[in-house]
Amino acid sequence: MLSFIIRRLLIIIPMALIVVSLTWGLIRIAPGNFYSGEKKLPAAVEANIRKKYGLDQPWYAQYGMMMSNIVRGDFGDSLKYQGQSVNEIIARHLPYSATIGILAYLLALLIGLNAGIIAALKQNSSFDYGSMSLAMLGLSVPNFVLGPLFVLVFGFWFYLLPPARWGGISGLILPVITLSAVYAAYIARLTRAGMLEVMRSDYIRTARAKGLDEKTVLRRHALRGGIIPVLSFTGPALAGLLAGTVVVERVFALPGLGNIFIQSVLNRDETLTLGIVAFLSILIMLFNLAVDVSYKFLDPRIRYE
Amino acid sequence: MSENVEIIKGASLWRDAWKRLLRNKLAVFGMIVIAVMVVAVIIGPAIISWTTGYTYDSIPTDNDLVKAMAPSLKHLMGTDDAGRDIFARVLQGGRISLMVGIISTTVSLVIGVSYGATAGYLGGRIDNLMMRVVDILYSIPYILIVIVLLSVFGGPSTPEWIKWLSTTLGGAGNQGLSQIFLLFFALGLVSWLTMARVVRGQILSLKNQEFVMAAKATGVSTFGIIFRHLVPNALGPVIVYATLTVPSVMLTEAFLSFLGLGVQAPFASWGSLASDGIKNIAIFPWQLIFPGVTMALTLFSLNFLGDGLRDALDPQTRKF
Repeated sequence: MLSFIIRRLLIIIPMALIVVSLTWGLIRIAPGNFYSGEKKLPAAVEANIRKKYGLDQPWYAQYGMMMSNIVRGDFGDSLKYQGQSVNEIIARHLPYSATIGILAYLLALLIGLNAGIIAALKQNSSFDYGSMSLAMLGLSVPNFVLGPLFVLVFGFWFYLLPPARWGGISGLILPVITLSAVYAAYIARLTRAGMLEVMRSDYIRTARAKGLDEKTVLRRHALRGGIIPVLSFTGPALAGLLAGTVVVERVFALPGLGNIFIQSVLNRDETLTLGIVAFLSILIMLFNLAVDVSYKFLDPRIRYE
Repeated sequence: MSENVEIIKGASLWRDAWKRLLRNKLAVFGMIVIAVMVVAVIIGPAIISWTTGYTYDSIPTDNDLVKAMAPSLKHLMGTDDAGRDIFARVLQGGRISLMVGIISTTVSLVIGVSYGATAGYLGGRIDNLMMRVVDILYSIPYILIVIVLLSVFGGPSTPEWIKWLSTTLGGAGNQGLSQIFLLFFALGLVSWLTMARVVRGQILSLKNQEFVMAAKATGVSTFGIIFRHLVPNALGPVIVYATLTVPSVMLTEAFLSFLGLGVQAPFASWGSLASDGIKNIAIFPWQLIFPGVTMALTLFSLNFLGDGLRDALDPQTRKF
């Protein structure tokens, strides 16, 4: 087990470096750069700036410089927000995205798991049909439609909740619900499918044959196997939360990392883009590793050599 | 005696699946909605312009009418800030949104199936390498790839065949439309990864069966085995997954339009119409509600159809 974790941790390093290299290559292939924007700088000024950031060097020297910086964990200064290091910017904006993202995922788990389990146990009941139709609706309404509709109803018609901006728990309610809708829907569907399959498996029959009461069969045996699909979904879900938070951050005017990332791409702020990509890809790979490790605790049949 | 024998018509896989699909009420509902939507976006704009004179880009000549107006008998879905009829724009936008769904899914289908089938059949080290490439591409934000593709191939460097396609399919062959077609291909180029994984898994379970060995023994080329023998047998899951890719690329296009990277005015897609509407949500809510609801209804139907197809084509993994 330990050797499996160490091996996976070691693979993360080259994988992250490849992701960063490809991202760097992509940024370079696109015509234009940060300085070819709307405002034309005097040639001498631009030459000085290029020198400061090492942009006057040939591409392989720039690539080497970028890589050696990233290996040391230093992503350099942002081109757009002058005098601010990429690390500072990430540290400042990450807490907002992380708060909404984690709360939204927890809410989605709470709703999705409960709805999925009940729907599976009462298969073909009206609760089953109702919750699954609702889940399908959750998958089909884009969150940039859902968010503004919430704002319209709760912010402008009933004056119950603030329509935008960071501040207080009341300001978190709408963004978190908006973001969690799709995930709750997905988790409910996965849980239902997983539970239905598990409830028909041999080891559940064995557990019942042993004379265990239905509650124990459900809690100690079925749940562990039934929620494995949900666990596998957690990795991609966290990756998706990045894109998801962009929308929520825009709709509710929150200063999160997702919006900063999109802006950095649009501004051609390459140091910032690279820094965020490296940070997030490592984060996602670590989460995937954590998911793989936790499989073992849920399903004793899974073994890692 | 022999003339009394009743000839039993064999039920093919497809006929069987079709029967199962028709038994699924929600999937049938989805099919009907999609069929109505397709017909509406194809003939709708012409009917509106014939009966009322409104088109997706017609700004009223009377300056007093260049403003947002609430839904009325004249404008069923109201008008946008420039006085353009939203109903006409939703129908026109539907063309673009549905075309995104079809073209991007086709592109992702072609790449994903070839890639996944090749990796699965060749196996071993090549398979391992090809799948690691997929893993790495998964970790690169697709939005970055889309932006690079749009800026490298956009503007004057748009490939000729994209311009040709946009004039053939879209009618008006101007600059704006060929950029939209570029977006379709860019979206297809970033959405084939899951398809490749699905197909690879299928091929892995098929490639050791007797019919492949028979094909090999009769001297069929590797290309022939992959595309004439293996891929047709993996078609069920591919169709199912393709049906579910359609709503997902439509959502991605809407997301890009929401960020201002997708379809540009005067053209519209459901996503760009909804994102225009968000700005005025407090005062002119119909500008968001009508495009948003139309889009949600279509995605809802596509998802139900995809689910129904999975149950119909793949009875083994059917979720009881």
